[in-house]
Amino acid sequence: MTRFLRYLVPLAIFFVLVVFLYRGLSLDPKLIPSPLIGKAMPQFVLPRLQEPDATISDKDLLGKVSIVNIWASWCVSCRAEHEVLLRLAQTGKVDIYGLNYKDDRANAQRWLSQLGNPYIVNAFDADGRTGIDWGVYGAPETFVIDSKGIIRYKQVGPLTVDILNTKIYPLLKELQPAT
Amino acid sequence: MNKSVFTAAVLYLLLFIAPARADVTLESFSFDDKSTELDFKEFIGKVRCLVCQNQSLADSDAELAHDLRDEIYEMYQAGKSKDEITTFLVDRYGDFVLYDPPMKPKTWLIWFGPFVLLLVAGFLLTRSLRRQTALPATEISAEERQLLDARLANKSQNQDKIQ
Amino acid sequence: MIPELGHFALILALCMSLVLAIVPMIGSLNNTPGWVDLARPAAHGQFIFLVIAFGCLVNAFLSNDFSVLYVARNGNSQLPDIYKISAVWGAHEGSLLLWALILGAWTVAVSLFSRNLPAEMLARVLSVMGMVSIGFLSFLIFTSNPFERIFPVPLEGGDLNPLLQDFGLAIHPPMLYMGYVGMSVAFSFAIASLIGGKLDAAWARWSRPWTLIAWVFLTIGITLGSWWAYYELGWGGWWFWDPVENASFMPWVVATALIHSLAVSEKRGAFKRWTVLLALLAFSLSLLGTFLVRSGVLTSVHSFAADPARGLFILVFLAIVIGSSLTLYAWRAPEVSSGGKFSFFCRETLLLVNNLLLVVVAAFILLGTLAPLVFDAMGWGKISVGFPWFSKMFTIFTPFLVIVMGIGPLARWKRQDPAELAKKLRLALIVSISGGLLVALPLFYEGSAWSGFAVMLSLWLVSTLFISLRQRYQYRGGISGMLRDLGSRGSGSYYGMVIAHFGVAFFIIGITLVTQMDVEQDVRMSPGQTIELGKYNFRFEGTRTIQGPNYRAERGTVRVFDHANKEVAVLSPEKRTYLVQSKPMTEAGIDPGFLRDVYVSLGEPLGGGDWSLRLYYKPFIRWVWLGGILIGLGCLLAATDKRYRVAKSRKVAATQGLSDQSVSEGQPS
Repeated sequence: MTRFLRYLVPLAIFFVLVVFLYRGLSLDPKLIPSPLIGKAMPQFVLPRLQEPDATISDKDLLGKVSIVNIWASWCVSCRAEHEVLLRLAQTGKVDIYGLNYKDDRANAQRWLSQLGNPYIVNAFDADGRTGIDWGVYGAPETFVIDSKGIIRYKQVGPLTVDILNTKIYPLLKELQPAT
Repeated sequence: MNKSVFTAAVLYLLLFIAPARADVTLESFSFDDKSTELDFKEFIGKVRCLVCQNQSLADSDAELAHDLRDEIYEMYQAGKSKDEITTFLVDRYGDFVLYDPPMKPKTWLIWFGPFVLLLVAGFLLTRSLRRQTALPATEISAEERQLLDARLANKSQNQDKIQ
Repeated sequence: MIPELGHFALILALCMSLVLAIVPMIGSLNNTPGWVDLARPAAHGQFIFLVIAFGCLVNAFLSNDFSVLYVARNGNSQLPDIYKISAVWGAHEGSLLLWALILGAWTVAVSLFSRNLPAEMLARVLSVMGMVSIGFLSFLIFTSNPFERIFPVPLEGGDLNPLLQDFGLAIHPPMLYMGYVGMSVAFSFAIASLIGGKLDAAWARWSRPWTLIAWVFLTIGITLGSWWAYYELGWGGWWFWDPVENASFMPWVVATALIHSLAVSEKRGAFKRWTVLLALLAFSLSLLGTFLVRSGVLTSVHSFAADPARGLFILVFLAIVIGSSLTLYAWRAPEVSSGGKFSFFCRETLLLVNNLLLVVVAAFILLGTLAPLVFDAMGWGKISVGFPWFSKMFTIFTPFLVIVMGIGPLARWKRQDPAELAKKLRLALIVSISGGLLVALPLFYEGSAWSGFAVMLSLWLVSTLFISLRQRYQYRGGISGMLRDLGSRGSGSYYGMVIAHFGVAFFIIGITLVTQMDVEQDVRMSPGQTIELGKYNFRFEGTRTIQGPNYRAERGTVRVFDHANKEVAVLSPEKRTYLVQSKPMTEAGIDPGFLRDVYVSLGEPLGGGDWSLRLYYKPFIRWVWLGGILIGLGCLLAATDKRYRVAKSRKVAATQGLSDQSVSEGQPS
């Protein structure tokens, strides 16, 4: 009997393979999950976009749940998600901090005044080194940080209303104490 | 929906950050000694570019690749070891960034798999060979033996010598 | 109008393939000669409609018919005619149509060149090929119709990707597809034999020439791709272990095991179950490759636009074809008799070891290619398995293969005395070890040990081949005997083997020496500046703008001098901007040579007439492709072996129980 079983081995291996390939169809090979989730946010001290003489650091984000959004005026998809960010800012549920990534100060400021400013404060990361610390590989990227400064969620690519409803709002509810 | 928006985002990004190129532009990095330079070149050849994911950091023209090369160069100049630089990258981007999968229990299958396969196959082969050589040769009937003898007698004139 | 004609022809081809797949198969099982005889005409009909469909698509490109969506995306009126034609297979839908066309062509070829095959066997083989056709044609018609129209009609096409506007890359897909699809012939023979329950030496004899020819195409296709990457991409690289490259390499490796296994099954009646499994695997890997390229499951430079919906279709098709073939195998294979016996040490065993190594190589390539997917699917995070890993593994396994390749042809069939063999090999061992040491020692620079090792392996191959040739010379009675021998049965196989194995020796030297000894430098140069690299001096003489048929370019001039200040070459690397897609492209300036290539590519203009350039010195790089070509040629020679051209009278003998062939089978080649 076992003699006949060995001829089923190729079929069995193939079956396992098909299962994985099927799973693979719903995955995106290009998407890179962040190793920073569950870890403290990277330390940084950067000049502010609107007030070049003042700085902002990671310590400023402690004590409350916040959202950090990596963006730039040259980034087309950032424009696409801007509406969604404005909407999120209007709900007042959470403070949105921006990390202006490898941008030109004047362009960035003009962008904000033209399209609206959902950010409380913007950090100006001219050379992109802070972005590297955050594991940025393609703007826009959005992080949810809890009150202790731990990164809880990363969204690569533009935010949509759908993502707000399915991912962001539930997470905020979970992290923020009920008021 | 999310996936197609993301793909569009990456494509737009590529348009703006780095026009798709079939060439390379490398900054010229200067090193004090040749061996560090070769080390550096070899290292960035083994790191995967996260934007143009089919290219190594050495070959990619993406903006992020430029930045990372600069960063790694500075680390080499500061005397950091290869392990420290690797940890730096993996902490920020995960194991994905290395073209050689890291050696840890989950990846043992990848590193040792081929050899395990070879051993298993070799074992099965030896066993089936032994079993096969132990079997007696099949007997042929008297008729078949007559036919065989006749044929052999005929063929012995035309048959080539065995090589 | 014509695109609609093409679409209609596709549908008719599908109808033909349905007939082909169902009727002759049932006829062969019920013994209805009328139904069985329908196989040939159905195959021919299918092919005619496929030619019509393909012709319509070619016509659409040549006549700049941008109302056809596929042409609008990939064609352009300014494209030179030859690239208008190659644009037909430049993207997903058209390349699938090419696949289907080539499958139709192989089906017709099998129907025409198999006159000595029993009718039911031929019917079954053609039916199985028809079943594969059904899959591809349905895929085309239902999800990837190349004849879909677009309205409003754009004024101009999107243009063929400039990377593909190159002769080498124009013929690379057809060559590869001829190979992939050709594996379906061995597959169909295997299935037909499993259904019939008779797996004898005759089956192996019928399959082998088809597999050999398919393998030649696959070898040439892969070699072409590698050579193209080298001169076109500007990085001097020629193999990247990219998932799609691996997808083409795996069937090649398994097919190599298959042709060696078929040789044994054909001559000795041994390994039958193994050979059948390999035949099923080779084509399965071809199909898997098709899936990987078109489904978006893996990231690759080669992939067509990813579409998971299409991916699902192919996956289902894959599951049905491979799943049912492996089920058939599991059901029927145990009943197959064991065939020729042999002792523990002999040529059969060595060939088995060879096949085992090859299958393990194919397996680990599959492992490395799919590992990132498996990790992601299991939620273990994202990893990459890239060039360094594949290189390491390949370098570890290849030497063992080479060692066996040297011993095998010198071993006797059925039983070999190890001591006798050792005596024959002694000379080869001495030559290879001393040659290797010679190369490794005096040159005390980094990597010389590897070069020495590669030379040792190649010399091992070459010297064992010479020993084998000398033996044949002795047994055939001198030169005149060998010359007479050239046209006889078995000689094509033998000399083909010699040439192909020589090719492997060249290949090993090529890849090792170029990796160990190549030199590259990225520099910034001003016009008139000279830089030294290796044993050459490179003088940059600035650039000028030139106009091409559908591009504008900056053409640089670099003069290369040796240390005696004699001019060796004038290279003209270009930086092209194609007018439609405006993607900058590099054309490298190469001075090819048998022993080395000198290679320059333009980087970026840095202002003031300065440019960044990449300079390369690549020794022995051409040996890589020379090796590939020799392997292909050798195989072609083997395919034309006289023993495959069995005369009509033998057909009668073959269909009877005991045939002539099995008695004279005792001869080794």
